Amino acid sequence: MSTVSGLDWRHRLAERGVDRRLWLLLPATVFVLVLFIYPFVYGLSLSFQPMNGGGAFANYQKFFSDAYQRDTILTTLKIALPAALLNVLAAVPIAFRMRGRFRGKRLMTTVLVIPITLGTVLTAQGLLNFLGPTGWFNRVLMGIGLTDDPIRLTNNYWGVFFSLIVTGFPFAFLLVLSYLSGIDPTLERAAATLGASRSQRFRRITLPLLAPGLATTFLLTFVLAFSVFPSAVLVGNPAGSTRVISLAAYQAAYEQYDYAYASAIAMIMGAVELVVVAVVLIWRSRLYTGSTGGKG
Amino acid sequence: MSAPTSTSAAVHNDGPTRAKGVRRSLRATPTAWVIWAVVAFFFVNLAGVVGSVLVSSFGRRWFDTWLPSGFTTQWYGEAWHEFGLLHVITVTLIASALVVALSVVVGAPAAYVLARQNFPGKRLVYITFLLPILMPPITYGIPLATVLYKFGFAGHLSGVVLANLVPSVPFVILTMTPFIEQVDPRIESAARMLGAGTRAVFLKILAPLLVPGLLASAILVLVRTVGMFELTFLTAGPDSQTLVVALYYSMSAAGIRAQQSVDAMAVIYTSMMLVLLVVALRFVNPTQLVARVKEEPE
Repeated sequence: MSTVSGLDWRHRLAERGVDRRLWLLLPATVFVLVLFIYPFVYGLSLSFQPMNGGGAFANYQKFFSDAYQRDTILTTLKIALPAALLNVLAAVPIAFRMRGRFRGKRLMTTVLVIPITLGTVLTAQGLLNFLGPTGWFNRVLMGIGLTDDPIRLTNNYWGVFFSLIVTGFPFAFLLVLSYLSGIDPTLERAAATLGASRSQRFRRITLPLLAPGLATTFLLTFVLAFSVFPSAVLVGNPAGSTRVISLAAYQAAYEQYDYAYASAIAMIMGAVELVVVAVVLIWRSRLYTGSTGGKG
Repeated sequence: MSAPTSTSAAVHNDGPTRAKGVRRSLRATPTAWVIWAVVAFFFVNLAGVVGSVLVSSFGRRWFDTWLPSGFTTQWYGEAWHEFGLLHVITVTLIASALVVALSVVVGAPAAYVLARQNFPGKRLVYITFLLPILMPPITYGIPLATVLYKFGFAGHLSGVVLANLVPSVPFVILTMTPFIEQVDPRIESAARMLGAGTRAVFLKILAPLLVPGLLASAILVLVRTVGMFELTFLTAGPDSQTLVVALYYSMSAAGIRAQQSVDAMAVIYTSMMLVLLVVALRFVNPTQLVARVKEEPE
């Protein structure tokens, strides 16, 4: 094949899927390179050029040697991991109940979707009003005599946690429901014919088929929860128990105007987040990933 | 015209699954009761959260009582004037419309290639498109804002639009791909055999068939962009704030403003989002975003 003509060469490329249609990818690829990859690389290199001198790693040393900054990683994980986990775990049984057809299913789905429209600020205001010391929730608790003094549920960890449940649960629910509807119900019926009990069917058939979807749902809810920033300020205690890492990055950039340090924190944040993503993906790859019967 | 198409498709897709689930879900076991009780508890508290903001936005003075001392609509008027909401809403709508249009124009062709073709490096391209969705906006938002400031985009509407495109284009690609996979490639081949060029195939064959998919991803991007806080917050200037960002500023500067006018503004924001979402739900079956049941006869 030493005398490959231009046409022949093009033909062979086309057989491997490289033809003129690939030009259609160009705008999106250029766009991702310019607006995502380039800023990322720029931020990475900026993080190695500390504003106040020092070695290339000075910004990272600064972050990890300062307990007030370092602890933001743990704070973020302590809020985001349980919230994401609870959202996914709570979504499973509810989605399981909702996959059949019954009266009011559409209404119920719509109501469950409504929290998506609330936005951080209405959620924050609502939680402050509702769960606050003089709010309806504490009034009811004190009214039925469960407690004498109002329980503190806002301006601390719990406020942020609840705001993540309110905004994250509907999202997790929708995803789990759609993964669940993708599982072919005939599989379960076949198992029932063979004498499998309800719990056996769930454990041996539905759960393994659903697990990869659950992993994806967990990841997406975790990403949402991990970047919690407005609610950490509005319903949390932004100087203490809910000082999340995004807040540290924001303060470095827009209060101290140290973009190099802010980029370093953003990179650390990305790295921590990607470690969790990687762990979940590795765990997911050990699960069954074949066809779930019904979906393509 | 497209609404009936997508609805009927959804019903058709759902058909077999739904019919089988009927009996099972009506029988109430003890676990079912517990689950419904938990759902009810969630709803009651959710209603409390939303209701307290709604009541407060119409309330006169509300301290240590069940309900405010009187009701008024003055906070809405105040919020409207004080925060210049007309301007803010105009900016929100313009920015979102631009983001939607650009991300569809850039994303849809890429989705087409990814749905139809195998080529070397496809996985890498796919992962690159996936990354902006898997990363929290703040992580890439801060370097992105720095770059946008460097080139003079940030602080203006253009910066807000560019920043919001980063998660939107991949989102269009991901939501469009299954729609394109459902269009039979033989239809295209047939058109080509009859002499249609690439342009004609796209405009006369694919575009009309993909209207439901285009609408779905466009509306979802719209909802996302209107609600996107972080990226807009990092790149907006005083004149290019969207409603979420303006709301955040008004709330974090609490004490200066009456809390009720912030509540009123939050209610305005949520009603806007609700309208968008109800429109979206008319075109998109939310449960079929991830797992599309194929329309193949079995």
